Amino acid sequence: MEATQQARKLTEDQVKRYSRHIILSQIGGKGQKKLLEARVLLVGAGGLGSPTAMYLAAAGVGTLGLVDFDVVDLSNLQRQVLHHTHDIGRPKVTSAAETISDMNPDVRVVQHQVAITSGNAMELMSQYDIIVDGCDNFATRYLVNDACVLSRKPSVYGSIYRFEGMATVFLPGKGCYRCVYPSPPPPGSVPSCQEAGVLGVLPGMIGVIQATETVKLILGIGESLSGRLLVYDALDMEFRKMKLGRNPACPVCGDSPTITSLIDYDQFCGFPGGSH
Amino acid sequence: MAVEVKIPSLLRKLVNGAKIVQANGDTVGKVLEDLEKRHPGFKERILNVDGGLNQFVALYVNDEDIRFMKDLNTNVKDGDVISILPAVAGG
Repeated sequence: MEATQQARKLTEDQVKRYSRHIILSQIGGKGQKKLLEARVLLVGAGGLGSPTAMYLAAAGVGTLGLVDFDVVDLSNLQRQVLHHTHDIGRPKVTSAAETISDMNPDVRVVQHQVAITSGNAMELMSQYDIIVDGCDNFATRYLVNDACVLSRKPSVYGSIYRFEGMATVFLPGKGCYRCVYPSPPPPGSVPSCQEAGVLGVLPGMIGVIQATETVKLILGIGESLSGRLLVYDALDMEFRKMKLGRNPACPVCGDSPTITSLIDYDQFCGFPGGSH
Repeated sequence: MAVEVKIPSLLRKLVNGAKIVQANGDTVGKVLEDLEKRHPGFKERILNVDGGLNQFVALYVNDEDIRFMKDLNTNVKDGDVISILPAVAGG
């Protein structure tokens, strides 16, 4: 959405489209405009990214950046609801952009068909207000975390494994992923969704929690998940919350950080340099 | 002290598939030793070679991270729930 449009009133169509938001006193037309002006970067357009992107698009988040270098595979369709059978073989960001545009033409989708690396992460993030972590591997998650800390952007985190999921919000200065898990596990020690399997509906639940937290951050309403780790078990339908805090010894956001630049963890061959 | 230990999906094969295991001990460390006696190999997934907490596993007593308390020396009382949360990255 261009800068000049941001100052404009909602169109008649927008008033109708977002009427259920506008009626809510905590949102109103003012809140809807905040959503339309917001710029959110989704890292990953897969299991988590799909429901997050769809609900943020429906809510009218004005700019959605999507980072994913992958193409749609048949095995994705059990859970990656942004993509359809006719998208097999096409870039995920393109497939996603089409789904989103159909849902809501108010949304400007920026396709970043790249792998996020130490070379592009900071530049990518500088264009957005909030980062949503929907990655599917540790290397990228640690990179996204560190880049969010170094560029002082809020990160809306979600992860899944088989039937369980986790979600939280990392606000600048209030802790980060490394406060909980200071360094990644050895490559191959934790199976991927491909190896372990995953309940298709699981990322739907966690992704919508991420979308909810993103909308709350944009609107400045409710109590954020910041400071709490939501732990979800789909089989028992159990939700638990653990306390999270900034760890003063955290290597990237602690009192004496040892990580001051981004690291490209090599997922296949182990850790770089031996320093972490 | 009798506590409940919630076992995450990733580690259930070490405890015959159980989601919750009852265990005894005055501290988190003692509880893990109790589990190890009945399920050899369990401890090495949670602790590193020098006996400290593994960097990719978080342990909570009720809802508090043990690293903000006394680590493995964190006291537990009857009825406490210990949650083991290994890092997972699926998405």
